[in-house]
Amino acid sequence: MISSPGSGKTTILVRTITELQGRIKIGVIEGDVQTDIDAERIRATEAPVVQINTEGACHLSAVQIKKALKKLPVDDLDLILIENVGNLVCPSAFELGEAGKVVVLSVAEGDDKPAKYPAIFAKSKALLINKTDLLGHVDFDIERAKTDARRLNKTIEIFPVSAKTGQGMADWYDWLTKTLKRTNSQQ
Amino acid sequence: MLMHEMIVAQYLLAQITDEAVKQNARPVAAKISCGKLNAVNDEVLCFAFEAIAKDTLCRDVKLEIEHKPLQAKCKDCNQIFNVEFSKPQCKKCESRDFELLPDAPLILEEIEFQTEKNHEKNKN
Repeated sequence: MISSPGSGKTTILVRTITELQGRIKIGVIEGDVQTDIDAERIRATEAPVVQINTEGACHLSAVQIKKALKKLPVDDLDLILIENVGNLVCPSAFELGEAGKVVVLSVAEGDDKPAKYPAIFAKSKALLINKTDLLGHVDFDIERAKTDARRLNKTIEIFPVSAKTGQGMADWYDWLTKTLKRTNSQQ
Repeated sequence: MLMHEMIVAQYLLAQITDEAVKQNARPVAAKISCGKLNAVNDEVLCFAFEAIAKDTLCRDVKLEIEHKPLQAKCKDCNQIFNVEFSKPQCKKCESRDFELLPDAPLILEEIEFQTEKNHEKNKN
């Protein structure tokens, strides 16, 4: 999961874990420059979590993920979600061994971001447009963001959501569940 | 904040150093290839590498960086073409319905060593 800082990645994760409890066993790897604030929020859901502090580096690398995986009960989990360092540029360039990338864009950031940062939108399987509860307060043209995201990536799945109110999250859970099933049957 | 290319440079330096120790030879050049979506700027990467390699056995290494194009396959005419961000469409039929092919990863392709007797190339 990749986005700018403050787009709501952790809030999305917390809500997703909580609402899928009993259906999908989720583990989380948290990447941040400093602190375990995010890991604490995940821990409150009782999901297993490992915090990586990059100490200044702008993205996670596969080597760090390999080490973090050893600290997770991987055999008991259905899905591992990695929250990368908040940054729309660098994390998109490094493969972590993931089955897929999900990009989060919050409406307060502006609808021009897919055009300005094409790499991550081109590489992602899904785009969550978060904080839709703020749509009445900010100038964000959701159609423009969708069109620009699809210019390089026709098949990207787009979910307008509010992780705060829960609006739109059900479609994201459906997609996540289906994608997980499909990925597992391919392996 | 450690800059992006500095981290790439650190990984490169570690890999080239490992190989140099194994080969017991002095590295003089390294070739890297990367895709269009790798967010690597040549000038910044070379500057970062020079700065951290300065007092190491990799001090003479000149980096050569090859950028591989981002390719896509047209869903209408099956043409494979290089994608231009400014005008993303099929080069042949101008369709905008295409699938991106995987972007080339960042790879250390080749290290060139100099031994006392001769020049040696080590490909991996």
